[in-house]
Amino acid sequence: MSAILQATDLEVRRGTRTVLCVDELSIRQGDVLALIGPNGAGKTTLLQVLAALLKPARGKVLFKSEPVTSGAAGLAYRRQQAMVFQEPLLFATTVFENVAAGLKLRGVEKGRVDRLVQENLARFGIAHLAGRPARKISGGEAQRASLARALATEPQILFMDEPFSSLDPPSREALIEDLEKVLKSSGITAVMTTHDHGEARRLSNRMAVMGDGRVWQHDAPATVFCKPANRFVAQFVGVDNLIAATVARSENGRLWLSASGRQIQASGSAAVGTGLTVCVRPESVRLYRNGLTADDAGANAFTGRIIRLIPMGYFHKLHLDCGFALSALCTDADAVGWSVGDQATVAIPPACIHLIENPP
Amino acid sequence: MDLLWEGIRKAIILIVTGDPEVMGILWLSLKVSGTATLISLVIGITGGTALALGRFAGRNFVVGMVNTGMGLPPVVVGIFVTIFIWRNGPLGFLGILYTPKAMILAQAIIATPIVMGITLAAIQALPKNLHLQILALGATRVQTVLLLVREARLSLLAAVMAGFGGVISEVGASIMVGGNIKGYSRVLTTAAVMETSRGNFDMAIALGIILMLLAYVINLVLTRVQQSERRGG
Repeated sequence: MSAILQATDLEVRRGTRTVLCVDELSIRQGDVLALIGPNGAGKTTLLQVLAALLKPARGKVLFKSEPVTSGAAGLAYRRQQAMVFQEPLLFATTVFENVAAGLKLRGVEKGRVDRLVQENLARFGIAHLAGRPARKISGGEAQRASLARALATEPQILFMDEPFSSLDPPSREALIEDLEKVLKSSGITAVMTTHDHGEARRLSNRMAVMGDGRVWQHDAPATVFCKPANRFVAQFVGVDNLIAATVARSENGRLWLSASGRQIQASGSAAVGTGLTVCVRPESVRLYRNGLTADDAGANAFTGRIIRLIPMGYFHKLHLDCGFALSALCTDADAVGWSVGDQATVAIPPACIHLIENPP
Repeated sequence: MDLLWEGIRKAIILIVTGDPEVMGILWLSLKVSGTATLISLVIGITGGTALALGRFAGRNFVVGMVNTGMGLPPVVVGIFVTIFIWRNGPLGFLGILYTPKAMILAQAIIATPIVMGITLAAIQALPKNLHLQILALGATRVQTVLLLVREARLSLLAAVMAGFGGVISEVGASIMVGGNIKGYSRVLTTAAVMETSRGNFDMAIALGIILMLLAYVINLVLTRVQQSERRGG
């Protein structure tokens, strides 16, 4: 599918500091792209540049191959997109008038305004709030009104800057559910920023991991989560186990790696002596009990000592010392009986290993 | 105390009987201060919004000037306006010295920084991203400013009240540039000063009470509008 939005060679500076530096980013028609990254990664800055609300110091944004002008001058482009911010930013008027705002700014005739406003209020389940003052509805309802206002203008691209982060968990869950349906049914191209991995995976079909003003990986979500491009991406997407290893043997697409005196088997090819980082998600690490030894458990099985047990809601994270540090995730039920200092047998399935080259 | 009661009694009589001279003074006060406030609103709201949204070299200096101007002494304004519109002054060709037009000019200069300063604060107090949200909704530059002003309207009513309150009660500039000419450029404050200097304290008190009533009624109306807007949310 063709790219609807392309950014090349972007640079944004704050004073002498470069806060955004993106060589290339392409968004295809119908894509839902999630920009994820820690605070200060440059997600909002990139979103605002793509939405023509911020002028970059360098580089250009192309919308359907046409250059986009930033600020007040880029009216034609701004009228083909819509933006939802973290806070709902509703006007001090009724919910109906808020949802109608973008249409009225475009001079759309009244009948059409009424129809589009009603449609979008219903789409987000807030038709009954049409006549209510916007400042007197709940946070979740206000964010629904904000989304309805954005979509009422029938934009070609929807930008969302952490649209759920100010909501309580039930309101957030309900709104994500509704937005997911709307995005799927409308096929609209969307770009959103978020800290929440689950939110990003659920809503997007593309993901860009940002840090320090750069896009480190732009891929399908499954690839980003299981095959991170580098240590930064791996750490951000929750690949806790990053084990420094050296290729000891390489044969027929299989590697034998040496890590702190232990041997790890993985698929791949590399020259003997190459330094690699073994990436394993803690969810992929298998934990054995009942006295099963490493030899019994098979390939990539190690015996380690539990050095820390962290409760995480329904799950527990176990930190083990297997010669190298390893963490594993297990359910509350599986964690019963384990305590710090216990010996445990763990196994890393070779298929769950992703290898990244160490930086030169 | 007798003097005070006498003043209040006289004020009631003057208001109830509709004394033509007092009514003339009252009307001129309203006309001069009302027009000056309107002028200051146009310049102050536009300038305050531009200052709030603009990023340019020397902006902090301009903001500092506006904030200083909010406490501009009327007498100083009176001196400079007089020098400017004096027969040989740069604007002497206008021939407006000792006319209500000169009073409007001086009062507009007093009220403009007040309105501009409050507008600047009001627009800056709006949510940080509201400006971007309005642009993202597809607003033109003018639509953006109008929407921001609409959102800040409660605070801007305070600017109207402060601006009008500042000029209806000032005397220094009005007496210097208006001359307090009977039936022509005499307003409530200049008349009250004159009556006091003549020892007509009852008349001075009466004019003072009428001035306060006028300011109160206008602020009451504006406050009601402001509070009903706030409730309407």
